Amino acid sequence: MPGQEIPAESRVNYLNASYGVKSWLLTTDHKRIALLYLGSITLMFFVGGFFAVMMRLHLIEPQGALVAPETYNKLFTMHGVIMVFFFLVPSIPATLGNFLVPMMIGARDLAFPRLNLLSWYIYIIGAAFTLYAVISGGVDTGWTFYTPYSSTFSHTSVIPTALGVFITGFSSILTGLNFVVTIHKMRAPGLTWFRLPLFIWAMYATSIIFILGTPVIAITLFLLGLERLLHIGIFDPAIGGDPILFQHMFWFYSHPAVYIMILPGMGVMSELITCFSRKRIFGYTFVAFSSLAIAIISFLVWGHHMFVTGQSIYAGLIFSVLSFLVAIPSAVKVFNWTATLYKGSISYDAPMLYALGFIGLFTMGGLTGLFLASLATDVHLSGTYFIVAHFHYIMVGGAVMAYLGGIHFWWPKITGRMYPDGWARFAALVIFVGFNLTFFPQFVLGYLGMPRRYAVYPGEFQVLNVMSSAGASILGIGYLIPLIYLLWSIRYGPIAGPNPWGAKGLEWETPSPPPTENFEEIPVVTQDAYDYANVGGSRV
Amino acid sequence: MSGHVVPVKTYLGIFVALLALTALTTGVAFVDFGELHTGIGLVDVIPLNTVVALTIALVKMLLVILFFMHVKYSSGLTKIVVMTGFLFLAILVSFTLADELTRGWSPEAGGWNTALPAILPLIRGLC
Repeated sequence: MPGQEIPAESRVNYLNASYGVKSWLLTTDHKRIALLYLGSITLMFFVGGFFAVMMRLHLIEPQGALVAPETYNKLFTMHGVIMVFFFLVPSIPATLGNFLVPMMIGARDLAFPRLNLLSWYIYIIGAAFTLYAVISGGVDTGWTFYTPYSSTFSHTSVIPTALGVFITGFSSILTGLNFVVTIHKMRAPGLTWFRLPLFIWAMYATSIIFILGTPVIAITLFLLGLERLLHIGIFDPAIGGDPILFQHMFWFYSHPAVYIMILPGMGVMSELITCFSRKRIFGYTFVAFSSLAIAIISFLVWGHHMFVTGQSIYAGLIFSVLSFLVAIPSAVKVFNWTATLYKGSISYDAPMLYALGFIGLFTMGGLTGLFLASLATDVHLSGTYFIVAHFHYIMVGGAVMAYLGGIHFWWPKITGRMYPDGWARFAALVIFVGFNLTFFPQFVLGYLGMPRRYAVYPGEFQVLNVMSSAGASILGIGYLIPLIYLLWSIRYGPIAGPNPWGAKGLEWETPSPPPTENFEEIPVVTQDAYDYANVGGSRV
Repeated sequence: MSGHVVPVKTYLGIFVALLALTALTTGVAFVDFGELHTGIGLVDVIPLNTVVALTIALVKMLLVILFFMHVKYSSGLTKIVVMTGFLFLAILVSFTLADELTRGWSPEAGGWNTALPAILPLIRGLC
């Protein structure tokens, strides 16, 4: 490749600097830890995905085609627990964030490298507990662990699962802490706050939620354990507790957790959209502050999960208004990305296809959220497939699309190799089509009144359910294709060169794969982010 | 790090204070302080034992944060970070109480049952 003077193999980089299992398991290099996380969360993604496929296969027939109702309850619970806590929450922060935060700010590592490795071990211990719960018979409470069912009545592995989530929470807290300190203290000379890539702003906002929210879910699950094991009355009304108190505490974390999942995706989006339209982002400051606004407002809206569970309607009114507010910074981002595209020199490489898919799917997910933030429509839609469709449009259509877009964008930097572009574009299209076929029918099903979490359904819903299941199989194949060609590319892919996209940002100024210390000399930053006007669209 | 060196004497003093306050918490749990009636709708009855226990807990918490966690000697930024944590705790507690305390106001809460005694004679009269 032009511009690549030394072949990647003959140069010392973070991948070939040392060999052996020990050199990986005891590494403090943020890039290697990112890859440890990448392997772990990919495994969890496919375990969680397996449960989803089983569910969709079961729902092909109105009376259920595959498993007993009790098993179905376990399938959706394990799918939710694994996907939320062990894939989506750590997905972008722990992989791309770990890899990129130091590189984007011109640092040699995170502020606390050993703490970073510890966070991965904590994640693995938490995941082991949860996988043990799967093997020991599963859990059937739903990923929300609602009391008093979870604390008093369920006879499944509630404690191991909750313990797994509890433990993994600490890995989130440590990652968040590491990022906040790194971003405050280790920026390269000249890299002021308003010159930072927007991915860093998004990581900063996400870290705030990690630090402020995660302790609350930890203590909530701890209290759940106390009630289940020692019968201390906290949530069960039969022994003096309040079940809605559990929901308040659970959603105080778990609603912001939705933004833990989507904010990093938004950060990735700002990088992709600018690079593939060769333009500076439209309204940098607004996009940056909208991340912080989302992080803060996300803590004020949790009651919209509880409109029909006995919460006071006066609290409901306040939560409804605040929930509408969070649409503003989200819309600022979508409009600003779209405005960035305007008159841009757009190219449709695979990462850009994921990014464009994100804009459409996130917008649909966001707008249907407004239906659910309205008190009256929520009464009809609460607990139906409309909810399932809505949050999958955000978490899968939004977060997973952005995650895959980011993986495809930075893959040449991570591995030094290119993947086959044709296959990558094809996979992006398969995923987009499969996703919509899976989840759009669920909006209709929910509107017609089909409740979620049921193993059986009336016959008239079958056509839409079969469409959804067909879409799920397409989506499943769509996710397997990148797994295959990305693994293939590690060995056989063409050498990528330091900056195959002609992208801006400090991470592209290093060789691919980068050396262990990232930068031979700490760079001095003299430009704003996304200064594509001065690149002239050069592509290697 | 603040770099401030705290004398061991201070740590020991705080440790003893924490132990003493723990003993105090246990002690006052055996005394019945009764209830305070405020006459204000939302918080009419306040159990004073809880107030006393929480006040002692607050003092202990401040001792730990200020001295053991060195926040007293830390920079303004660290102090802001610590206070932010409490701000968000306040949000959790106040919004949860906004539900808890106003649940009784909802017309639906006692809905039909409350209305029934008033309507029943009317229905009987009609029949």
